[in-house]
Amino acid sequence: MKPPKPGQKYSPLGQLVLARLREFFRQPEVVFWVYGFPILMVVALGIAFRNRPVEQIRVDVQDSSYSSGVADALGASPKFKVQRGDADICRLRLRTGKTDLVVIANTGRQYEYFYDPTRPESLLARNSVDDALQRAAGRKDVAEPTDKELTEPGARYIDFLVPGLLGMGLMGGGLWGVGFVIVDMRIRRLLKRFIATPMKKHHFLAGIMLSRFLFMVPEIVILLLFSWLAFDVRVQGSLLTMMVFIFLGAFTFAGIGLLVGSRANTLETVSGLMNLVMLPMWILSGIFFSSDRFPAVTQPFIKIIPLTPLINALRAVVLEGHSLTQLLPEAGILAAWGVVTFALALRWFRWT
Amino acid sequence: MPTAIQCRSLFKRYEGKQPVDAVRGLDLTVETGECFGLLGPNGAGKTTTIEIIEGLLQPTSGEVEVLGLRWGKHEDRIRQRIGISLQETKLSEQLSILETLTLFRSFYHQGLEPADVIERLSLEEKADARVGKLSGGQKQRLAVACALVGDPDLLFLDEPTTGLDPQARRQLWDIIRDFGKQGRTVLLTTHYMDEAERLCDRVAVVDHGKVIAVGSPRELIASLGGEHIIDFSLNNGDGRPPLTEAELAPVPRVQSVRIEDGHFSLAVAEPHVALPALLSLLKDLNRNLASLTTRHASLEDVFVSLTGRHLRDGESNAPVSNA
Repeated sequence: MKPPKPGQKYSPLGQLVLARLREFFRQPEVVFWVYGFPILMVVALGIAFRNRPVEQIRVDVQDSSYSSGVADALGASPKFKVQRGDADICRLRLRTGKTDLVVIANTGRQYEYFYDPTRPESLLARNSVDDALQRAAGRKDVAEPTDKELTEPGARYIDFLVPGLLGMGLMGGGLWGVGFVIVDMRIRRLLKRFIATPMKKHHFLAGIMLSRFLFMVPEIVILLLFSWLAFDVRVQGSLLTMMVFIFLGAFTFAGIGLLVGSRANTLETVSGLMNLVMLPMWILSGIFFSSDRFPAVTQPFIKIIPLTPLINALRAVVLEGHSLTQLLPEAGILAAWGVVTFALALRWFRWT
Repeated sequence: MPTAIQCRSLFKRYEGKQPVDAVRGLDLTVETGECFGLLGPNGAGKTTTIEIIEGLLQPTSGEVEVLGLRWGKHEDRIRQRIGISLQETKLSEQLSILETLTLFRSFYHQGLEPADVIERLSLEEKADARVGKLSGGQKQRLAVACALVGDPDLLFLDEPTTGLDPQARRQLWDIIRDFGKQGRTVLLTTHYMDEAERLCDRVAVVDHGKVIAVGSPRELIASLGGEHIIDFSLNNGDGRPPLTEAELAPVPRVQSVRIEDGHFSLAVAEPHVALPALLSLLKDLNRNLASLTTRHASLEDVFVSLTGRHLRDGESNAPVSNA
């Protein structure tokens, strides 16, 4: 922030930033959505996908004259949670997801497995049950595998999720904190009131940007600190590289926010535009699961939309400890988005 | 000292499916130190005109000079010396009065201390109150305060008292008068004739995007020929044809007659002469009065005599231009 010029008692940039900060922190509901909401997401998803003690496999054995033999064979292993019932009940429980697999014993050695092959847990149940029944029937395994479990920090879903949420927060913050705020000011004719004064336009835009960066700092710190304390999520790479990408992401999405808000003069228009911009990235950019899962033809598009390189870079730093030089392509795409959207926004910007 | 504002043949067309000519050849001169009012019905082109002069709208054609300077050439020099209150601005509700004024003060090289402006506008008690908690009158005073904090030579107020209660309006009038006493210039728009009459040194009556009369309120009223108005109406229950203007000719000192829905308005110079004559004439004609009042002529009468319409019902047949 520049010191005020001689003869100028108040710094306009300082005052503009101060005004934005006051507006923001004096609206508790806004503060909650920006700072509290990502934490709730981490808590909810962290608990939902925590590493539980290996879960029991739910198996229903349909009543028949051979069913008790099957139920006894499976009941011997703690892996299985066995229930018995008639055909209708078993079918209903399978359809409603209360059981993973229904076993129908036609004879002592002929079994039918009834399940939904698109449900991963059903596939798992089918294979485990089959193994157990085969062994019970006298199969001898020839190989001798031993199981080792992977549980160390850095490899869990929560470690994967936190960089995704960081990216999502940067995107939402840029679009809401810049685009929406500017349109709101335009509707209230505050923009017009400002340019009716000798205010410098670049002071106004710089003020919006600076305050956006300032709001972002606690957002990031709180999320990282909470994930570290509650879930032991650690950043493997350098914090400096992390910060470079956070600022780059904040800058890029502020530029996109500015562009989205450059002309709209109703809240409906800007909300529609923001959804149009954010929705593809929410879905495709890999916030909650890897974007590699989408079909190959869509990959070039997915790779170029700005949230993808941001999340990929953050993930690479947090999970794999990549350095800035390894992540130059991601940085380049982000910077290009930021510069181009900024330039367009400044050209199209409408004050009244 | 140069004239404060000079406009020559201003035109403004809003393009669209049906282009609207909001301003159609408007000339205006405002001298330094006067409080000048643009008076006209809603949609007359007042706001478009004032926003062109404020440099917020581009005229389609025409010339504007503000404080002897031109928009486009001397943008910042003009902005540093004028203060503007727009028709409708929603300032940030979360900021206090003092914070809002300090923000606006920071845009000017020179200006007043925010605390002093607060005192001048009698907002001391509310200095730290959030804008969202203020009454309509207080908000409007704050809007004027934001226009004053740069210590302007020229103040623009677009409908400063619309929607305010009588007390809040009078408070604001006092503030504007105080500003004028320092030899500075005010240009305001209003559709309240009493506001223009009490506040303005000179008034331009605007209708359909043109100035149709300029002068001090007193001059404009005097131009009616009579400063008093006799209003009366008759009982017409007997089925006789309505009274005509010609039948009223014998009444002395009548400058003009207006007949509207059986309601007669006579502009007279000397009511004490005209009134007895009117009463005896009506008696001779065997007409019965339903009502009779006398009053001072107002700018409303000027507007009606110029346009045949009332200020307040001008909306229906005038273009809407409060964009």
